[in-house]
Amino acid sequence: MRLELKNVTKRFPGVVANDSVDLTVSSGEIVGLLGENGAGKTTLMNILYGLYEADEGEVLIDGKQAKFAGPGDAIAAGIGMVHQHFMLVPVFDVTENVVLGVEPTRGPFGHIDIDEARDEVREISSKYRLAVDPDAIVEDLPVGVQQRIEIIKVLFREAEIIVFDEPTSVLTPQEVEDFFGIVRGLKEAGKGIIFITHKLGEMLEIADRIAVLRRGKIVGEAKPGTATKEDLAEMMVGRPVDLVVDKAPAQPKEVVLSVKDLVVQDERLHNAVNDVSFEVRSGEIVGIAGVQGNGQTELVEAITGLILPLAGSVTIGGEDITLASPRRLHQLEVAHVPEDRQRDGLVLSFDLVENLVLDSYYAKPYSRGIVMDWGEARRHADELIQQYDIRTPSAQLTASSLSGGNQQKLIVAREFARDTKLIIASQPTRGIDVGSIEYIHQRIVEERDDGAAVLIVSSELDEILALADRVLVMYRGKIVAEVPGSEATAADLGLFMAGAGV
Amino acid sequence: MTEGPELVGGEPEIREQPPWLERVAPRDVDWRSLALIPSLAVLSALVVGAIFIVFTEGFDAILPAYRALFTGAFVGWSSISETLLVATPLILAGLAVALGFRAGLFNIGAEGQMTIGGLVAVIAGFSFEGLPAILHIPVALLAGFLGGALWGFIPGLLRAKTGAHEVITTIMLNFIAFRTLDYVLKLPGIQAEGRFDPISQPVLPTARLPRILGWLPVDGAGGLRLHVGLLVALAMAWAVHWLLFKTTWGFEFRAVGANPHAAKYGGMSVVVAIVLVMTLSGALAGMAGGNETLGVLGRASPGFTAAIGFDAIALALLGRSHPGGVVLSAILFGALRAGGRTMQVQSEVGIDLIVIIQALIIIFIAAPELVRAIYRVRGGKETGQLTRGWST
Repeated sequence: MRLELKNVTKRFPGVVANDSVDLTVSSGEIVGLLGENGAGKTTLMNILYGLYEADEGEVLIDGKQAKFAGPGDAIAAGIGMVHQHFMLVPVFDVTENVVLGVEPTRGPFGHIDIDEARDEVREISSKYRLAVDPDAIVEDLPVGVQQRIEIIKVLFREAEIIVFDEPTSVLTPQEVEDFFGIVRGLKEAGKGIIFITHKLGEMLEIADRIAVLRRGKIVGEAKPGTATKEDLAEMMVGRPVDLVVDKAPAQPKEVVLSVKDLVVQDERLHNAVNDVSFEVRSGEIVGIAGVQGNGQTELVEAITGLILPLAGSVTIGGEDITLASPRRLHQLEVAHVPEDRQRDGLVLSFDLVENLVLDSYYAKPYSRGIVMDWGEARRHADELIQQYDIRTPSAQLTASSLSGGNQQKLIVAREFARDTKLIIASQPTRGIDVGSIEYIHQRIVEERDDGAAVLIVSSELDEILALADRVLVMYRGKIVAEVPGSEATAADLGLFMAGAGV
Repeated sequence: MTEGPELVGGEPEIREQPPWLERVAPRDVDWRSLALIPSLAVLSALVVGAIFIVFTEGFDAILPAYRALFTGAFVGWSSISETLLVATPLILAGLAVALGFRAGLFNIGAEGQMTIGGLVAVIAGFSFEGLPAILHIPVALLAGFLGGALWGFIPGLLRAKTGAHEVITTIMLNFIAFRTLDYVLKLPGIQAEGRFDPISQPVLPTARLPRILGWLPVDGAGGLRLHVGLLVALAMAWAVHWLLFKTTWGFEFRAVGANPHAAKYGGMSVVVAIVLVMTLSGALAGMAGGNETLGVLGRASPGFTAAIGFDAIALALLGRSHPGGVVLSAILFGALRAGGRTMQVQSEVGIDLIVIIQALIIIFIAAPELVRAIYRVRGGKETGQLTRGWST
């Protein structure tokens, strides 16, 4: 099967989301679609999937024009889509989720023949080595397995062309490896694959051909064999991008953050952080590496006052803040870039002005008594939008209107713009585009050079290696290794992260 | 993650912003959603209401009925006075519900808070004999404010400290309030002397809310019942707007409503905000109760709140939880009620039709996409995600 998008143009009020885009994919090949957030990838795929209608251009299947009035038509034509956010019913089992909408029935009253479906799910699972139990309840399964259920759903509907939209953003590094194995298996089985991502390394690893989308236009094609990350980044952003952070050796001074024997429980009352001690000094960046879910989230939440630790102590600049509120930390000049920017870092339905004073509204100059000075807040916002290059037509728009990268810049602007003694940044560049990553990394190093103590928590090894002057590896709630940044290698850290040497 | 309210537990359950909140209390109220859509909803409701008239009274009854409805609502000082008189407690109770919505709280208890507020206001109103009106009126209104505040504080505290959902607790407190009223009205010292039915002593003249249209150069201006409560209600609408959008408290309330996680991250106390909002919400509803007993009824009797606290939920929805929208919606509901009485007298169509029309308006408002589809309103559309995952 050969799928062609020809000359596709889609306009939204004030913006051309897709500008005469051509893209083809055939059975047995993996086409990578690379682009920054907001480049038009999702719009293009929604056109392909029948969710939007193109203003111009056409979709061809094996040379014949196809018209999709909705996803049903696209599915019938053999197109399957695995979305970034899964669409599963948590309390249903795997088979029930797979058949949802296409339940095999028999008899005059439409009795659902779930057993037949169960066998078919089992068959698909073993054929493509997906290792999914058809009887498992979805909410009990890890994210990586849930994604494989989405793949089964697509295969169950007999898709020949499968679109993966940012499939790795929710996966751990190991899960990514497994996932790539599955995608290659699909390719060998003759499926055509469109793989959407903004991660350069992954693109070079998995794709046969790479199409780069920038501001709605295909700006180039590349072959993984000949292109480098730098080439792709430049095509994507439209200017040379510095993928290596430029920084001088650290000059650590006095201890700012001191964590002693900290024990933190997670929601299920397990000791997610178990007896952790470390220090961060002024003028250095300490990176905490580790696979997601090894206690980093709880560690940061306990330090920043979002949850209370069970035992141990945290001091900042000599003051015991173990039981302190986020407000007290704000007063102590602690900047916190939270792991989940949409859950903790922003009120998406608030405008940029309000989000930029989210933690400093309570005092001068933004309020006097209980009366807000919105004029001052607006001036502050306009200034930061300029200074931090937040791309928005207006400070009065809601945070939800920004792209992921700009949302992150918004948080970074809010947290870094005031005096900072300690910066705690959790997954500071997760899910954002190369240009923004470069920018945020530079700001972090600048803050360090201005004398801030910096703690970075990241599951991206590249990020830890690029930034950290000292690397701590967290595994199952404990710090299992400490390596100077200059000596750390991906291979060594990877081993520690997997629990080797414990 | 489990859906639905958690009834017991230590920490208050911090919930994501419920999807209904953006609809109920949207951040940017553009003219389409504030004026055009409600107007079209009212129009649609009247059209469907006309179908009911056709079935019950016949086609010829439509025009006289609606003419009477309009006349009774807007034509002549007497009609305007009645419309605004009915609107006054609706404004106050509507503000109570809207304030809760803005903070993500569903206060179903306005009726009970009105009941307690109205009762306490009456007690203050027949006590303090000899107090001049200039003091007695504020004291009685304040009493209503405090009574309602107490009745809002209780569910606020329960929600903040134990996670007990305010929808459940406020409904239950409604029942407790109704029966408390019945009981208190039969207590000696409260019950009107010489009466055996549950009814309170009359409010002293010094605590009655003065009428404000007596100066009009028309016949019977002295009989126009509109009282100073309307001005109080409008002042409260302004105050709620100021509180929500110009103060740090309002910023906290709205942040807690929109995203409690981010509110906590920003150093706000979710617990304090919830208790404060529920208390203030109850206080506004309590003033609505006081407004009725001090302004219109002059005494308290069982069921004096007349479901105003429930209508308040509907009109807070209609007004998109915006103080200005609440005032307009309350006036609309007041017009329907006042006009409905005239309609009942002058035509064969009963006032029950008004209940149906109100319900239809809410249905059309609750389904704005329906109205947009019928009238092909463009723009300002809720651009929801076409797909939504649960596992993030």
